[in-house]
Amino acid sequence: MTVTFYALSMLGLIVSVWKSKEKTGLALKKAWKSFENILPQLLAILVIIGIMLAILTPGQISAVLGSESGWIGVLIAAAIGSITLIPGFVAFPLAAALLHNGAGYMQIAAFVSTLMMVGIVTIPLEKQFFGIKATIARNAAALVFSLIVALVMGVAL
Amino acid sequence: MRGFLKRYRVFLLLVAVNIAVVFIWPEIGMKSLELTRVNLIDMLAVIPPIFILLGLLDVWVKRETMVRFMGQGSGIIGVLLAFFIGSAAAGPLYGAFPVAGVLLRKGSKLSNVFIMIGAWSTTKVPLLLFEASALGIKFTVIRLLLDVIGIAGIAYFTERILSQDERQDIYDRAIKMNEMKK
Repeated sequence: MTVTFYALSMLGLIVSVWKSKEKTGLALKKAWKSFENILPQLLAILVIIGIMLAILTPGQISAVLGSESGWIGVLIAAAIGSITLIPGFVAFPLAAALLHNGAGYMQIAAFVSTLMMVGIVTIPLEKQFFGIKATIARNAAALVFSLIVALVMGVAL
Repeated sequence: MRGFLKRYRVFLLLVAVNIAVVFIWPEIGMKSLELTRVNLIDMLAVIPPIFILLGLLDVWVKRETMVRFMGQGSGIIGVLLAFFIGSAAAGPLYGAFPVAGVLLRKGSKLSNVFIMIGAWSTTKVPLLLFEASALGIKFTVIRLLLDVIGIAGIAYFTERILSQDERQDIYDRAIKMNEMKK
């Protein structure tokens, strides 16, 4: 997927240079500025994720979630998922490991869904773009939605 | 230099904390540094094309075009386009916010921007394949179906609870952030 994006952006750049060198320069300048604009928060988030993942081992998470933890387990899973921002390619193997260690589908569904949709750590960044009300509304709605996903999974699987 | 220190103070503080942890609990501290290093490299590998495409979009796509496809009255096309942009994009959720900024500046409808954010967070194609192999096809399909409904629901909910002024404020922010950077 990343390769596709590199190919696309290269193609875009070539067409852009062919049409106007000036505008291409402006586009690259804008690209760099919008990257540098979020860089301070981005770096801070990366360090926070690093520290959190170093402290919380999968074994500990598994112990907290338990196998028959029911709705309390779902809520704990949602809470952990909401704070941390683990990218999907780390989250799914972790979720699979938790499943094999006896965690339930409901808890894992809540965990995976909140991991990807709810980010307390990214609120300062999100707030910059959408203001505090929209940011809280989106995250709260996503949290409620994740609990619904957990409920459906509990019934369906 | 002072501007740099001010903007990066939280990051620098966290790095200081992490270095302190290295001295107090070497194992956790080193593991955390290593995780940060790996995540940073992953991020730097994924991010350049996103921002280059973003810059090109900003320079070449006219406001009127964006309004036509994703603005008020763009209907189902706007919704589908928002789902497509979000699902096709690579990189973690925080990469979606600058994209949202450009879409807003070009006059995209607010709910479509929220749909793009939602799709970016959960319905990415490579992630779905990964999820299916890790958690099973049934789990993945159920979650995907729910996600599509949920993303649209969350987008409309978020747009609905905002007053006219608050919606305008979000557009103003997008424009202001662009000016600030010049």
